[in-house]
Amino acid sequence: MEKLEVRGVSVSYQGKGVLEDISVTLREGELVCLLGVSGSGKSTLFNVISGLLIPDAGQVLLDGEDVTGRPGHISYMLQKDLLLPYRTIEDNVALPLLLRGMGKKQAREEAGKHLAEFGLEGTGKQYPAQLSGGMRQRAALLRTYLFSRNVALLDEPFSALDTLTKSAMHRWYLDVMGRIRLSTLFITHDIDEALVLSDRIYILTGQPGCITDELVIREEKPRAADFHLSPAFLQYKKAILERL
Amino acid sequence: MKKRQRSITRSRNKLPALIAVVFLLALWEAASVLEWVPRYMLPSPGDVVRAFVGDFGALRDNAAVTLQEAFYGLALGVGLGFVFAVLMDAFDILYRALYPLLVITQTIPTVAIAPLLVLWFGYEMTPKIILIVIVTFFPVTVGMLDGFRAVDPDAVNLLRSMGAGRWQIFRYIKAPSALPQFFSGLRIAAAYSVVGAVISEWLGGFSGLGVYMTRVKKAFAFDKMFAVILLISVISLALMALVDLLQRRCMPYAHLHEEP
Repeated sequence: MEKLEVRGVSVSYQGKGVLEDISVTLREGELVCLLGVSGSGKSTLFNVISGLLIPDAGQVLLDGEDVTGRPGHISYMLQKDLLLPYRTIEDNVALPLLLRGMGKKQAREEAGKHLAEFGLEGTGKQYPAQLSGGMRQRAALLRTYLFSRNVALLDEPFSALDTLTKSAMHRWYLDVMGRIRLSTLFITHDIDEALVLSDRIYILTGQPGCITDELVIREEKPRAADFHLSPAFLQYKKAILERL
Repeated sequence: MKKRQRSITRSRNKLPALIAVVFLLALWEAASVLEWVPRYMLPSPGDVVRAFVGDFGALRDNAAVTLQEAFYGLALGVGLGFVFAVLMDAFDILYRALYPLLVITQTIPTVAIAPLLVLWFGYEMTPKIILIVIVTFFPVTVGMLDGFRAVDPDAVNLLRSMGAGRWQIFRYIKAPSALPQFFSGLRIAAAYSVVGAVISEWLGGFSGLGVYMTRVKKAFAFDKMFAVILLISVISLALMALVDLLQRRCMPYAHLHEEP
């Protein structure tokens, strides 16, 4: 079933087109990448999907319901973890629950339940400054998850991490995603990352940005450890490079 | 985080400051005892301490009055500063209307306005408290406004995407983000409040350290003059230390070391 659907979204800013007629679908349990060079309006699209920006044309549907221009339904996670430095991990993660009007104690309990699932056991009472970059991104992801349960919009979430941490986070993310039935729309400009993670890849190019291609990656998930060295990987990569 | 650690070790090492103070005191004692300056004009540190102990009762009673004024003035000033900052942040029109006025209030010399306040409100506490409010609300307002404006817009957008309203954004992001600037403002305001109380007592009143000062000045009791200056400095330092303590309590996360 279609979890999230973006239909014909166009955005212009000060008379200049930023996005043109973007249509994207995300099915349940799928990980879909939006791959594009910088300046192709990827982040603008996320602002539209999260309801912060009203598009000039088009619609955003979540589970079939029109949520265009209505924040409070879908949240996102950025490269910056945006954890509030003055709140403990537990209180940071519980924030979306508090915003929804849940009591403080209950929200903390609820957040605490999920810490272990996200590899954050024992960090609840710590402050973000006490955690490593990878751990902070996990906490940020848990916060996104507690907000919108089964859709995550991720905008280059791992691009500030070093290569080793990054590939560890990829494995971890696919594992968690499978366990909690999360559907993910993922922005990246890193082709390798897109190939390792995605079920499908949309290619976004140009100014204004529009979707020029869609690629289905027919490889088993999680991908083999040496997938990024295989001929199939190179075939995909070549195909993408030709289309970018 | 190397920078932070260095600044901590730097501030912990108080030895140079201690040596400088001891050196100055020794110089002062010499200047006075060896009569480089006539003794009655520059009493030695020892004389000052003796005057302090000898007149402790009067100093204590007057200090109680001054502290009371400073406390009321500071509380009102900080409260007013907080309200101004919040309103000016919430309504841009208020910000543009009031900011220049706030700056102008700070250009008015306190020594000029204090006698006027005495004429309007009498010799009791009211004019003193008003003067303290005028000098203390400004650092709090300006500090908090800076804090509000330095908030990360990405963090605000993230909360908005989660459906947060204005009040929730204020509560979860703006207010806690402005805490460091609030405390910087409060530290300055605390010091101003004591000085403000003394100045306004000096310019008209029945009791308080400022009144005590005018009395010992007329009697040419330089040792008592220095004793009261010492007391005022100590009170100001103690208030600032109290603010620091409060800040540590309210912001435990600001003193964490980043772990690898």
